[in-house]
Amino acid sequence: MTRTITYCQAINEALLEEMRLNDRVFVYGIDVGDHKKIYGSLNGMEEFGPDRCFSTPLCEDTLVGFGLGAAINGLVPVNIHLRMDFLLLAMNQLVNMVANYKYGSGGKLRVPLTIRAVVGRTWGQSYQHSKSLHSVFAHIPGLKVVMPSTPQDVKYLLKSAIRDEGPVLVIEHRLLYDFAGEVQSLPSIPLGSGRILRSGKDITVIATSWMNVEALKAAEILETAGVDVEIIDPRTIYPLDEELIIQSVTKTRKCIVADLDWLNCGFSAEVATLISEKCFGNLDSPVKRIGFAPTHCPAARSLEDIFYPNAADIIRAVEAKLDLKPMDISREDFYNHVNKFKGPF
Amino acid sequence: MRNKQGRLDLNKTLYRKLYLIRSAENAIIAHYPENEMKTPMHMSLGSEAIAVGVCTALGKQGQFFCSYRSHAVYLANTGETDAFFAELYGKSTGAVRGRGGSMHLSSPETGFLGSSAIVASTLPPAVGAAFANKVQNNGKIIAVFFGDGAVDEGNFWESLNLASVMKLPILFVCEDNGFAVHTPTSQRHGYKSLPRIVRGFQCAVFEDDSTDVEIIFNLARSAISKMRKTKKPSFLYLRYYRYLQHAGVNQDFDAGYRSREKYKRWLEVDPVDIQRKKLIKLGKSENEIKRLEKQITFRVENSIVKAKSAPFPDQKELFDDSEFKFSREE
Repeated sequence: MTRTITYCQAINEALLEEMRLNDRVFVYGIDVGDHKKIYGSLNGMEEFGPDRCFSTPLCEDTLVGFGLGAAINGLVPVNIHLRMDFLLLAMNQLVNMVANYKYGSGGKLRVPLTIRAVVGRTWGQSYQHSKSLHSVFAHIPGLKVVMPSTPQDVKYLLKSAIRDEGPVLVIEHRLLYDFAGEVQSLPSIPLGSGRILRSGKDITVIATSWMNVEALKAAEILETAGVDVEIIDPRTIYPLDEELIIQSVTKTRKCIVADLDWLNCGFSAEVATLISEKCFGNLDSPVKRIGFAPTHCPAARSLEDIFYPNAADIIRAVEAKLDLKPMDISREDFYNHVNKFKGPF
Repeated sequence: MRNKQGRLDLNKTLYRKLYLIRSAENAIIAHYPENEMKTPMHMSLGSEAIAVGVCTALGKQGQFFCSYRSHAVYLANTGETDAFFAELYGKSTGAVRGRGGSMHLSSPETGFLGSSAIVASTLPPAVGAAFANKVQNNGKIIAVFFGDGAVDEGNFWESLNLASVMKLPILFVCEDNGFAVHTPTSQRHGYKSLPRIVRGFQCAVFEDDSTDVEIIFNLARSAISKMRKTKKPSFLYLRYYRYLQHAGVNQDFDAGYRSREKYKRWLEVDPVDIQRKKLIKLGKSENEIKRLEKQITFRVENSIVKAKSAPFPDQKELFDDSEFKFSREE
């Protein structure tokens, strides 16, 4: 059965389904139990009672450690952070404790902890409400990192995260919450499986999170110029579906990585390295990377517009790769998704 | 009131555990210079009564979290020395297969859920584990051990607050030795009395300066029964004197930050000594005690022999339990 629901509804469905299936699953964190229900993603939690969905004091690091303790002692915690930036307060518990706990117990303990964190880019969020940080967490042995961009993927990857016996960080994007998409009933989407978001033959664009929206828009416009773009959404940052990337780049021989992050020491560099190691002989040109401007994230719209990469940047990069003359894109409305956001958070 | 035989049995049990810890620690001191135990030692000498009193009071319903200074609690909880010494020697037969060393002991099957080399970092998981016990209504009680240095950390206050507001069955055990590494409490605490502040939380506070393991045992029992009655956490504030340097197996009274005189005063109430004297007073014969001590010493030395001859982890084990697979290394 296929239905059309929003990204937010998909998160909500995943949680409700998993909590009905397994009474050890509980949801907790700052602002989790209030009337805002984490942008509505926790609607309907009343059915599980106050022990399974609750607000906590403001102590991110201790809350992540709390999840670790609950997880090794028989429960399946889901800890939510309204902004990815807040998770920086929890680096000690996450990196020193959670990531190592199974290993440090001689393999005897399991940490089935899921952490949801929302990338805050909407408008005016500035430098402490906008970071993605997926490469930072994917760098750490012991942590899995998923970054879904569609309702279908967020639903099933969140379910897989909850069912996984290890810690998984699910990175959501605030702008994606209102996006609707088709959701099919699936047995599961395994962690570590990417997907071809759009099949094409001329060039591969590997995009993360929101950048898939920009890539799809770019592909749609480029199609009018006869360019056939293949878009790969890795969906999971670690473990990475390397095979899918290698196959696509081997086919198209040209690759752009559009990452929702800074480029320096980031995921885009990791993907570029993978391609140079595995597809060097099949490349027509070096991998091109697109990401945040190498500076701080501003609040003012005029600056935000040039800080964040968008479909236009992808179009220009594709044209450069294919030696095409730049199209006239002056009449395209690139920011309509952002314009729909009315805030405040 | 416990009858005479019951009290004697209890005190004998307590002494056996105290002596096991003392004997193991002394064996570490003796063998460490051989340079085969390549792990940073944070010794428990002086604190034995706290570990033994609390662990015995909790018994099988207890689950424990510790800091990096965890030898005493590990030994009091597990009662075993084979996996303990093997871990200190970095052998595959170690408590965590040679992955952790002295600072990262773990024995989930006996309820020792972990220790950590980051100050105060086991407090948050201890609170979460207590929540799991409450939800599952399994009667288990968490005890989390930490030093006075941990009290400086945010994790301590956050965990105390979280456990208090959530009314969780957890026993906070503060082992105050007056120093965070070498920095005294007076340079670290902008307040006079920690117990007084903790009393302001929804948490019962128990404190004592005693090194008498029986007194600590009884105090821990009171804390546990209060916890069962009020459904609130308890805080046990106990002082002891760290006999050795912060890390390593030597004394450091020449360093100038603390005096040998104070150490000598604490030595007069050494927990192992006073418990031994108590046993004799209660009717145990010197010979009986010596026999017990000899058995324990033999067991410890035997564990060291086994640990020394055990194999190091096979290099194939490097990636075990890491879940991190980086295919491009192949």
